[in-house]
Amino acid sequence: MREMLKLFVVVTLFGAISGGILAGVRAGTQERIEYQQIKFVKGPAILQIMKGCSNDPLTTRFKIKDGKDERSFFVGVFEGKPNVVAFESTGKGYGGNLDIMVAVNVDKDEIVGVGVTTHRETPGVGARVQSDPKFAIQFRGQSIKEPFKVKTEGGKIDAISGATVSSRGVTGAVVSSGEIYNRLKSNIVEKMKSVKS
Amino acid sequence: MAKSTFREFTKGLWSEVPPYRLVLGLCPTLAMTKQVDMGFGMGLAVTFVLVGSNVLISLLRRVIPKNVRIACFIVVVATFVIVVELLMQAYTYELFLKMGIFIPLIVVNCIPLGRAEAFCYKNGVLRSFADGLGMGLGYTISLTVLAIIREVFGNGTFFNQPISFLGPTFQPYAFMVTAPGAFVFLGLMLCIMNMLGKK
Repeated sequence: MREMLKLFVVVTLFGAISGGILAGVRAGTQERIEYQQIKFVKGPAILQIMKGCSNDPLTTRFKIKDGKDERSFFVGVFEGKPNVVAFESTGKGYGGNLDIMVAVNVDKDEIVGVGVTTHRETPGVGARVQSDPKFAIQFRGQSIKEPFKVKTEGGKIDAISGATVSSRGVTGAVVSSGEIYNRLKSNIVEKMKSVKS
Repeated sequence: MAKSTFREFTKGLWSEVPPYRLVLGLCPTLAMTKQVDMGFGMGLAVTFVLVGSNVLISLLRRVIPKNVRIACFIVVVATFVIVVELLMQAYTYELFLKMGIFIPLIVVNCIPLGRAEAFCYKNGVLRSFADGLGMGLGYTISLTVLAIIREVFGNGTFFNQPISFLGPTFQPYAFMVTAPGAFVFLGLMLCIMNMLGKK
């Protein structure tokens, strides 16, 4: 019996101490990991959809509370004015969640660009929603408030042939980004004012 | 005493070098030697885990009951692996993305568990430290050597930089960086090591 008890105590202690250490390391590295993810995962998409801005959108960012979550917003300065904001939104793709970055012109409520950041689509098929520029460019210049749909569902977005589900995923993510934008617009405009041009 | 500790260190570098002599930890040896930075990074990650887990397990070897020793070893090893994973995410994110699943897989790599079971559970802290450091460095060197061969001839680059000494007409042997190429060249390395080891 004593022997049994010893086994329990030792294994429990091992687990507890290891859990404590890991929680500590995680808390210590969290901020840096977040920055690295912005730089390497979201960074390329942000820079691509904000081509031509005169600042570094990765460092010009702010956060807004949206219900339970906190969302990051990246500001782009165009022609001397900080009037474009990029943020993330999620849709359902073929292989799982599909994250996109949407850049919106706040003055005109117009989409400046859409870029896919992370996805689990089939390489060479669904993954073309990220690599094929002809697909994402369809959203450019459209109003963010529009309820986008792919053509097979009666909308006007041309789906990539063979990748209808993935295309629908991106389209759905753009629509939900419109909802986020409508919900938070007043906060976004407020925060944008404090950004130096 | 000092002399035998030194021997524990050097055995990992040559006479018991993990992938080629013990034939342990082959999964990352095959997958992570496509590029030098991956092989080197993998080696250093394993070295860190090995040194950490070796020292800790040898310190705790009188506390760990015999019946649950493997479970305890795994907890120690896994803790160090996740620490490495978090640190790599924070400081070398590009390498972390490239190595992906192979970092958490160090947990099931036979080297840390094998050293814990075969060595640290029976030996003192200093000798276990020397053993871990030697094994880790031996592993790093092995992976780096294989990665240099494969990346230089298979891709025409070194540390992702193009190299020029092969001449402008050099066509890389793309087969070397594919998965079957990994098996072939690991086999050749084992063959060379066996020839050198023969007395």
